[in-house]
Amino acid sequence: MASTVLFYLFAGFAIACALSLVYHRNPLYSAISLIGVFIALSCIYVTLAAPFIAAVQILIYAGAIMVLVVFVIMLLNLDEDRPLTRLKYLYALGAGLGLILLVQTFFIFYAVMRAPNHTVNVDQTVGKTLSIGQAMYSEYLLPVEIVGVLLLMAIIGGVILVRRLEPTQLRLVINEELDRRNEGQEKDDFRIAL
Amino acid sequence: MESLLKTAFPFIVYAIALLLAFQGVLMIVAYTVLAERKVLGWIQGRIGPNRVGPWGVLQPFADLLKFIFKEDLVPDKSTKFVYFLAPMVALTCALLPIVVYPFGPPITTVDWTFLPYGLGEGIRQLPLTIAQIDVGVLYVLGITSVGVYGIALAGWSSNSKYSLMGGLRSSAQMISYELAMGASILGVVMLAGTLDLNGIIYAQINSPFRWFIIPQIIGFVIFLIAAFAETNRVPFDLPEAETELVAGFHTEYSALKFALFFMAEYVNMFTVSVMSTVLFLGGWYVPGLSHIFEVGSVPYALVSLAAFVGKICFFLFLYIWVRGTLPRFRFDQLMNFGWKFLLPLAIANTIVTIVVVYFLNS
Repeated sequence: MASTVLFYLFAGFAIACALSLVYHRNPLYSAISLIGVFIALSCIYVTLAAPFIAAVQILIYAGAIMVLVVFVIMLLNLDEDRPLTRLKYLYALGAGLGLILLVQTFFIFYAVMRAPNHTVNVDQTVGKTLSIGQAMYSEYLLPVEIVGVLLLMAIIGGVILVRRLEPTQLRLVINEELDRRNEGQEKDDFRIAL
Repeated sequence: MESLLKTAFPFIVYAIALLLAFQGVLMIVAYTVLAERKVLGWIQGRIGPNRVGPWGVLQPFADLLKFIFKEDLVPDKSTKFVYFLAPMVALTCALLPIVVYPFGPPITTVDWTFLPYGLGEGIRQLPLTIAQIDVGVLYVLGITSVGVYGIALAGWSSNSKYSLMGGLRSSAQMISYELAMGASILGVVMLAGTLDLNGIIYAQINSPFRWFIIPQIIGFVIFLIAAFAETNRVPFDLPEAETELVAGFHTEYSALKFALFFMAEYVNMFTVSVMSTVLFLGGWYVPGLSHIFEVGSVPYALVSLAAFVGKICFFLFLYIWVRGTLPRFRFDQLMNFGWKFLLPLAIANTIVTIVVVYFLNS
């Protein structure tokens, strides 16, 4: 009873935030709405006895990724009144994708209706940290390793994209670095102070 | 009536517990502000506030009244909705971790059957924690990381260059030091084998030599430094460097909205003090207390609670002491220190801990 009420509360909040995310033209309002969606979803995870997933959802999506998104929006200070006539063909594409999503949703709804009904038992250890860790590092070890390598590639790619230099600039940077190493610590402190 | 009371009883208990916990924490926080002004005064050879009440003890209430009655200015060109939202986000995220604080050991020896209508039946123990969450450490880290929005949005929505610079600095600083903080906790979590705050305390119990400050001294130092940066305190108070940014992200805030930010900062200080106590100093555990009082009895719990508050007060005093002693970093020094020194050190500490824990367990 209580869990049903909570589910509708959080689900309603999530849907309201999602609608506001699409509705607002100001990107910052959309970003705030998206944070609301993440928080509502994490509340639903808690009611489904998956506290670890809920905490990670808050920590990574709401706490890390969206902070960077908000950061970029704040720094770019995008205009609110851009012409809407550009990229008209995207509306058709969006409508098509929306239709596919709708069909998927109905299929999931249908599949859940057909599936045998069983209630969530809070004492079940499925959502607990220990069982998730054991599953990740035994049964699903290969996918975890692959994701780890992918993330490492993304980090290196990010560093390379930021430090992309022309050959002349690169030579300058290398020379500067060599100078710095040769001339020792005192010079180094002086440079930083400048 | 009786059945209704029975249904409502857990909710009433939780409401009372929440009220007590929030009231207690906020009182400590209010007096931290007074203690800060007093101790800073002594460090600088002044007296500090001593006019409101004897020895200035009523100063926090006088400050609160002043904040309530001040004029509430809203900048004309600000983004109104976000401007109002930001202080609420900041304070809410600061207050939410209170529900997982392990205030003390559970009271198990009291017989609750004296309660009317048989309400006390089946109650085995009274835990001194409001919500026993399996992932307490992650919960606290997650909520505090959401608190960045309060500051970032405040800086952006005020539509002032000082506020924007303060907000940007603060968010960049909090994101950077969050990584080092998370990595410094990993060692403790591996040694304790749990993310539950009470479980971490139970892993350090029985002897003060089992406190995680001894095997994890590097982690403790990293955590402490990162905590100073996370709460935007001296020597990392770049977001409100008054000589260059007026007051940083809250330049345009006045009256009660400013008070919310102010309170959020001090509650955050309290939270990181709780985390340092629980993770590294054994939480509410007092060495040798189990020989004096029976474990689970009321005096045992009360003395433990007092010890917990005492350890937190030590960290709060440390904050004030450092504020009275150290000068401010420059922003590029702060970033270099966080990314190039603290984070690699935290990761190295984690790797060493992994190896040691692996060989200890095998």
